[in-house]
Amino acid sequence: MITGPRIKTLTIDDKPVGAREDETILTIARENGIRIPTLCHLEGLTPIGGCRLCLVEVKGIARPVAACVTSVQEGMEVTTDSPRLTQYRRMVLELLFSERNHVCSVCVSNGGCDLQDLAQEFGLTHLTVPYQYPRHKVDASHPWFTLDHNRCILCTRCVRVCDEIEGAHTWDLFGRGMQARVITDLNQPWGSSQTCTGCGKCVHVCPTGALSEKGKSVREMRKSREFLPYLRLMRQGRQV
Amino acid sequence: MNKVRVATLWLDGCSGCHMSLLDMDERLIALTEKIEIVYSPLVDTKEFPQGVDLTVIEGGISSEEDLEKIRTVRANTKVLLALGDCAITGNVPAMRNTFPVSEIFKRVYEENSDFNQEVKPVLVVPALLPKSRPVHEFVAVDAYLPGCPPPADAIFFALSELSEGRVPELGSLSRFGR
Ligand code: SF4
Ligand code: SF4
Repeated sequence: MITGPRIKTLTIDDKPVGAREDETILTIARENGIRIPTLCHLEGLTPIGGCRLCLVEVKGIARPVAACVTSVQEGMEVTTDSPRLTQYRRMVLELLFSERNHVCSVCVSNGGCDLQDLAQEFGLTHLTVPYQYPRHKVDASHPWFTLDHNRCILCTRCVRVCDEIEGAHTWDLFGRGMQARVITDLNQPWGSSQTCTGCGKCVHVCPTGALSEKGKSVREMRKSREFLPYLRLMRQGRQV
Repeated sequence: MNKVRVATLWLDGCSGCHMSLLDMDERLIALTEKIEIVYSPLVDTKEFPQGVDLTVIEGGISSEEDLEKIRTVRANTKVLLALGDCAITGNVPAMRNTFPVSEIFKRVYEENSDFNQEVKPVLVVPALLPKSRPVHEFVAVDAYLPGCPPPADAIFFALSELSEGRVPELGSLSRFGR
């Protein structure tokens, strides 16, 4: 008898879909051409359910769940869009903007930023929460790259790509709440890191202007992430 | 037909939003069939008039004078449009916000100056507030058009709609930093 993963049937926005039992709502939605907005998620990295932009409604469950880390179940009825979800998603974006200093007009990533794009998609013309204007540093100690904490949304894509794909684990999270920030090695200047290989993967998976290449000025930083699925595939191939 | 009474105000911004306003070119002439500019850096009125239908604000609230002005404006205006990122987010002028005013004065008038270091702008010019902040954190704002500066097309659409008494959805026409 062949034992493979079992198939579950469910509906997403009233559309009947079939999924392997180990698949998440997000994966199966995307396979079926249903868009769920995400920010911390990146195909090829372990999902963490951090940003909460992918919240969806599941019938029978009072609270919305994060689609990127919720496995499918038989008979699930998923809704990816509702006034409540829009309100939550907008609030997530507002809080991200208010907790750091995002000055799009003078940002290297202006015009090529996932946060900025989502703000426009959700019609965020202003914040309803007060800006915090916290004081944050810029680490320009690395010969090729710059880290600007003012633009970081703590998505940990850099942490994950460095650990899971490059295998260096230079990045980590330090501190809690609004004080949390990304660090390199033992909280030391990036340029002095002994583990960083200088591959630049973190820079390119970073959804905002927090990580950029040196020499790039306002509007000049564009990220290319095509490398990720290939590296992931090659790695899986080697492991089999 | 009475023309719609429009005012524009330049607070803590670089005047780029007003430049973008002028970028409407000949459409400005078409607009003046419907509207009358009663107060603006572009006209000569000294006092903010009463009974203004629509006021367009460029720039954030950065000084005691800005604060006084915006309160007067709100009290005498039916519809307030926050135009551009400085009015809406603080933007570039708000980059001073992570430093206390005393530190900024020290940097600008002592460390970066090679004469008269003891002279600070404390007389005549309005005192700075601790932070440069968005307009809507002080008074109610009715419509927002982000951008640095917002494109002339978006401003034209916003003014056309608002002067007809409609409050349009503007988020798709521009974005932060555009
Ligand atoms: S990181 Fe994105 S949202 Fe933040 S300032 Fe830069 S362009 Fe704007
Ligand atoms: S530096 Fe970029 S990739 Fe890393 S956590 Fe911050 S926003 Fe995410």
